[in-house]
Amino acid sequence: MDFFGDYTLRLVALGSAVLGATSGALGSFAYLRRQSLLGDAVSHAALPGIALAFLFTGSKAPLVLMVGAGLAGWIGTLVVRAVVGRSRVPFDSALGIVLSVFFGLGLVLLTYIQKRPSAAQAGLDSFLFGQAASLLRRDVVTMTVLATAVLVVLVMLWKEFKLLSFDPDFASSLGLPIRRLDGLLTLLLVVAIVIGLQTVGVVLMSAMIVAPAAAARQWSRRLAPMVFLAAMIGVFSGVTGSVMSSTVPRLPTGPTIVLVLSAVVVVSLMLAPRRGLVWRFLRLGRLLRAPDLDPVLMHLFALSLQHPGDPDHGHSIAVLRTMSPGGADVGAALEGLADRGLARATGDGLWAPTAIGRREAERVLEREVES
Amino acid sequence: MMMQDAGGEWALEVEDLTVAYADQPVLWDVDLQVPVGVKMAIIGPNGAGKSTLVKAAMGLVRPVAGEVRIFGQPRTSAQGQIAYVPQRATLSWDFPTDVLDVVTMGTYGRLGWFHRSGAAQRRQAEAALEQVGMTAFLKRPIAELSGGQQQRVLLARALVQDAPINILDEPFQGVDAPTERAIIGVLDGLAEEGKTIIVVHHDLQTVPEYFDFVLLLNVRAIDSGPVSDVFAEENLRLTFGGRVGVLEIRETDL
Repeated sequence: MDFFGDYTLRLVALGSAVLGATSGALGSFAYLRRQSLLGDAVSHAALPGIALAFLFTGSKAPLVLMVGAGLAGWIGTLVVRAVVGRSRVPFDSALGIVLSVFFGLGLVLLTYIQKRPSAAQAGLDSFLFGQAASLLRRDVVTMTVLATAVLVVLVMLWKEFKLLSFDPDFASSLGLPIRRLDGLLTLLLVVAIVIGLQTVGVVLMSAMIVAPAAAARQWSRRLAPMVFLAAMIGVFSGVTGSVMSSTVPRLPTGPTIVLVLSAVVVVSLMLAPRRGLVWRFLRLGRLLRAPDLDPVLMHLFALSLQHPGDPDHGHSIAVLRTMSPGGADVGAALEGLADRGLARATGDGLWAPTAIGRREAERVLEREVES
Repeated sequence: MMMQDAGGEWALEVEDLTVAYADQPVLWDVDLQVPVGVKMAIIGPNGAGKSTLVKAAMGLVRPVAGEVRIFGQPRTSAQGQIAYVPQRATLSWDFPTDVLDVVTMGTYGRLGWFHRSGAAQRRQAEAALEQVGMTAFLKRPIAELSGGQQQRVLLARALVQDAPINILDEPFQGVDAPTERAIIGVLDGLAEEGKTIIVVHHDLQTVPEYFDFVLLLNVRAIDSGPVSDVFAEENLRLTFGGRVGVLEIRETDL
């Protein structure tokens, strides 16, 4: 019993790690190309494919269901493209239409299958919210083979996919077949989604596409670290969520994984250096507390104009204080100007603008005259 | 040198080119011949099809009718002959990459499929960045660049391509004065090497100073030729229609 438990858990953990890595990596590209919602449409559109594959073959072999799911999801993206290309319906609305029509059809088919007098259909409804505990060895093997294929293609065409995502016009001007590359990258995304459907479910699979990428983007400044980190976040959330749902009875896997993911995303949005909310809040505070340099520089410049032949003539800080409004910290402002090379101390409590400082003051004056 | 070997006196030829978005013609029956080695400005009002023309020349948009030849060859066999600087505003500058990486993208055309860039590509990129005065920003994420710096990075990427034709879409839009001078300096350098330069441009004032060849475009090609012959009031009036304000400024300048 104990061994059986361990074996299932190991299997579940491996399957979730595989799905987390692929959806994190491919999701990064979808995220950067602003196609995150496409993942949502694909995963919902996959449901009728799963149902039809079962109806036609009577088999629940993972490859059969995944091919059905993949085909339906792929057709979904083609329908979205056709609607956008041939009508005035915008992209997001086309996604919404395709998503709900396909998903509705999938639910109808699923209900029909469940009403048939046969025991073979048991378990198909776990595709809605995912059930990690239902993963079998053959499922995990199929998932791993597909994931390896997806990641190998991604690595081989890395620079082409990067160029396609960053600057498709430039990629095209280099002679890259961007339509085919675009189709291939979308196909990889479809496969990445299909890999996760049984574990996470069609309803929440898109979170596995969007969330790891969104979290990883906060921490990374280059594409490769971002994709790697997104894959790792996918692995972490996938494994944590599905192991939790496998050990606690009646806990659906998809929602559990998504809750873990959400925690990672919230932490990233708050704490990431440079982009995080906390960081930005601190920086804003520093800016607000910083003394206003411009007026003091202008006063110093005005004083220096009294001594045209002697640019190094020092001006007393006391004079500058009387020129400035009451609360201004003239001393700190002068230090700030000195840091930026705009002013320098010429003696005890005496200050003069540098050559750069005088030019900067003239520029500020010009700007004010213009406006 | 290389271009004379490639044959033909025209760097770029456009014949009967018509492009439409939905049912709206953006370019109508445009003919254009760009001699090798000129610095050409494409001038015209908003919506005149300036960007569309250069995109059609590179095959980025599919024309309804017409032909494009590069050094006398049909466009499809002319891959690698054109270095393209897209409009800065059309790119997503929040993409996770840095200056060196973007410039290295200019080498991808020569690298070919499945090959990764290495030390040689890095050296080329660094040399191009030195030409545009951006050596201090190699590892800077592109999200943290000013508009002028972004434009220099795109220009450096085109330099790395070392192509006989350079097409720049609105390179002076929203850049600071030092960047504008730096870009002009680089373009003059390219012209001295005998390269052909085509710039989508919006500032009439600087046309005679920066360019020696001009195309006046307003859906149709109004006129094209050396600036001294073509850049005249009558032509500008035809191109810009009733927008005389632009012209009056020019007249007081002259």
